[in-house]
Amino acid sequence: MKQLMLGNAAVARGCYEAGVKVVSSYPGTPSTEITENAVKYDEIYCEWAPNEKVGAEVAIGAAIAGARAMTCCKHVGLNVMADPVFTASYTGVNGGLVIAVADDPGMHSSQNEQDSRHYAKASKIMMLEPSDSSECKEFTKIAFELSEKFDTPVFLRLTTRVSHSQSLVELGERENDELKAYEKNPAKYVMMPGNAIKRHVDVENRMRALEEYAESAPVNTVEYNGSEIGIITAGITYSYAKEALGKGANFLKLGMAYPMPVKLIKDFAAKCKKVYVLEELDPFIEEHCKANGIEVIGKEEFTLLGEYSANLIKKVILGEETEELKTDPVPVRPPVMCAGCPHRGTFYVLKKLGLTVSGDIGCYTLGAAAPLNAIDTTICMGASVSAAHGMAKARGEEWGKKLVSVIGDSTFMHSGITGLIDIVYNKGANTVIILDNSITGMTGHQDNPTTGKTIRGEATKQVDLELLCKALGIDSVRIADPFDVKNFEKTVKEETEKNEPSVIIAQRPCALLKTVKYSGRCIITDKCKNCKMCLKAGCPAITVKDGKPVIDATQCNGCTLCMNICPFDAIEKEEA
Amino acid sequence: METKSIMIVGVGGQGTLLASRILGNTVIGEGYDVKVSEVHGMSQRGGSVVTYVRYGEKVHSPIIDKGGADIILAFELLEAKRALPYLKKGGKIIVNSQEIDPMPVIIGACEYPENIAEELKNTADTTVVDALSLAKAAGNQKAVNVVLIGVMAKNTEIPYEVWVETIKNTVPEKFLEINLKAFDLGYNS
Repeated sequence: MKQLMLGNAAVARGCYEAGVKVVSSYPGTPSTEITENAVKYDEIYCEWAPNEKVGAEVAIGAAIAGARAMTCCKHVGLNVMADPVFTASYTGVNGGLVIAVADDPGMHSSQNEQDSRHYAKASKIMMLEPSDSSECKEFTKIAFELSEKFDTPVFLRLTTRVSHSQSLVELGERENDELKAYEKNPAKYVMMPGNAIKRHVDVENRMRALEEYAESAPVNTVEYNGSEIGIITAGITYSYAKEALGKGANFLKLGMAYPMPVKLIKDFAAKCKKVYVLEELDPFIEEHCKANGIEVIGKEEFTLLGEYSANLIKKVILGEETEELKTDPVPVRPPVMCAGCPHRGTFYVLKKLGLTVSGDIGCYTLGAAAPLNAIDTTICMGASVSAAHGMAKARGEEWGKKLVSVIGDSTFMHSGITGLIDIVYNKGANTVIILDNSITGMTGHQDNPTTGKTIRGEATKQVDLELLCKALGIDSVRIADPFDVKNFEKTVKEETEKNEPSVIIAQRPCALLKTVKYSGRCIITDKCKNCKMCLKAGCPAITVKDGKPVIDATQCNGCTLCMNICPFDAIEKEEA
Repeated sequence: METKSIMIVGVGGQGTLLASRILGNTVIGEGYDVKVSEVHGMSQRGGSVVTYVRYGEKVHSPIIDKGGADIILAFELLEAKRALPYLKKGGKIIVNSQEIDPMPVIIGACEYPENIAEELKNTADTTVVDALSLAKAAGNQKAVNVVLIGVMAKNTEIPYEVWVETIKNTVPEKFLEINLKAFDLGYNS
């Protein structure tokens, strides 16, 4: 029986069927559900690692120890794990090792649009690219076989539309459920220069073998429909191309994104009058073709930006425009912090105090949006802490007193700690606000080292943020509730004034957690003087009707933050 | 059969994902090839949410392009208007009459467009439903999604019993009664 399955769930199913024993990842949209689904199989040990580098190292260790292992990340997570991955290319594997990386063309939930295929080339690691859920499962299994056959890690490249689309998958049985023998082999696994010099030779030999394999790899498929048009494509773009052109073109679908075949492409191109390369983001396939003297049309006609679509392909290749209904431009509906979000209190205060805010990655990045407009910078995981240190060193300590960092609990575990050590060690005086909402929020509620629970919900040791910061050398660590607006404001003022580094732990759980029980709703009474202070919090439940603020009963969850903001006590709680 | 494309649009938090799952699981039960596409993450935080369900003999793309939707199931008026360019010529719109102000409207940067329902009716075959009232009548205002699935179910060739069976298999036991009631209220509206 076929099942309707998310691409990410199908990768997890592929892991199960391939006999995978260990999965270690850090959450990151659109890759998160791979690990969340893998944990549903009791046979697979799964964990949330504190960051992608740790996740990759756990998987590398498991593979060296003889198990099939996987680590999963989003494209920017691959940057974090790049260090161990480049060297794992040299050590090779024992049990199969697959690194699933999900790119986000169109940036549905990301800070950049990088094309991870370049990593395959740079690290000399083979990369497979499925185009639907069925292939997600099959390619995962093939990736493990190839990993062991060629003694290499293998990348499985996904994109948002593959990861987050559901299509039909035929389920199979679990196989290869045995550990490989472990033998001490320093020449292979101890990467110091003497050994690595020899391993580099093996890597180059492996590349030649993989290039040879690519010529006849079953994942590279040709569909010849007797057309003059040839399409070379991969991943989700293949499905767009099929949608647009059907049997009106010949297709070479590269299931192996790296290394790519040469002869196979040349033979295909020779049978077509005009060959297009269809690939989102960078001209990766196109440059390979052109470097090998194969005439193709690529980014001359198509965009480097965002996602492709069937309509786009029809327009460029067939010159066909799709008729569409017209309407006037409509107001945008950007994402906002949820009603009851604990971060709203924090940003309300930071905005009010007019501070420079060095931001980070998480739900709270939304503090940059109107009406809060509170965040000055967002670069990458952890940068809020270290970048603020740089800002203060550049502009001086007095300027630094109007500057704070904001970073979530999970992001602080990920890579905020090292920045904080830098501040202490190098005599900074920054104030760092850890937004402790008791969960990894943005990616959909994953546990982390500060929550006291494992990925399976089992109780475990909980990192004590207060003790941790003190141990790093922060003498002034305070815990404050961001919904107690007055006290929170006072705390921020006092801490930023100090001539020493300080940490404020803004503690209040995510409003969407099942353990959080807000009830009833807030209503604006006739004591309202229409000062509109409540609107400054940017709560989606508070809107304006006939010139006065009103609270939408379908959106309000009764969190009472607005009651704490209203200067006229005009907002009351009505119990359900 | 030609591939049928249904686009579900709404505001993050309205339960569009459950609606697309019920729809997806229903058509798979009918033996079709199915693709469902959704986007998780940033878009869920009260932003515009779009999911696509496509089914037929063989479905290639999981995405519906402009001019490609046979049905648009809109959980909110402004989102229906936003999705209008995606409707196929001769396609159908089912829209909840609820209005949810987006942040630019709340902060006064722009106004919520007027007379959306009339515009939709003048442009395409449109059914306007007060799904929020029906959901409240079913016992929970959060059942708006299943009310709308009920309205849409009436507009497909798939039998009533098949829908009910899927809802039984998709919705947790403790919410089942309310959801079945909500489905019926939508189906019979």
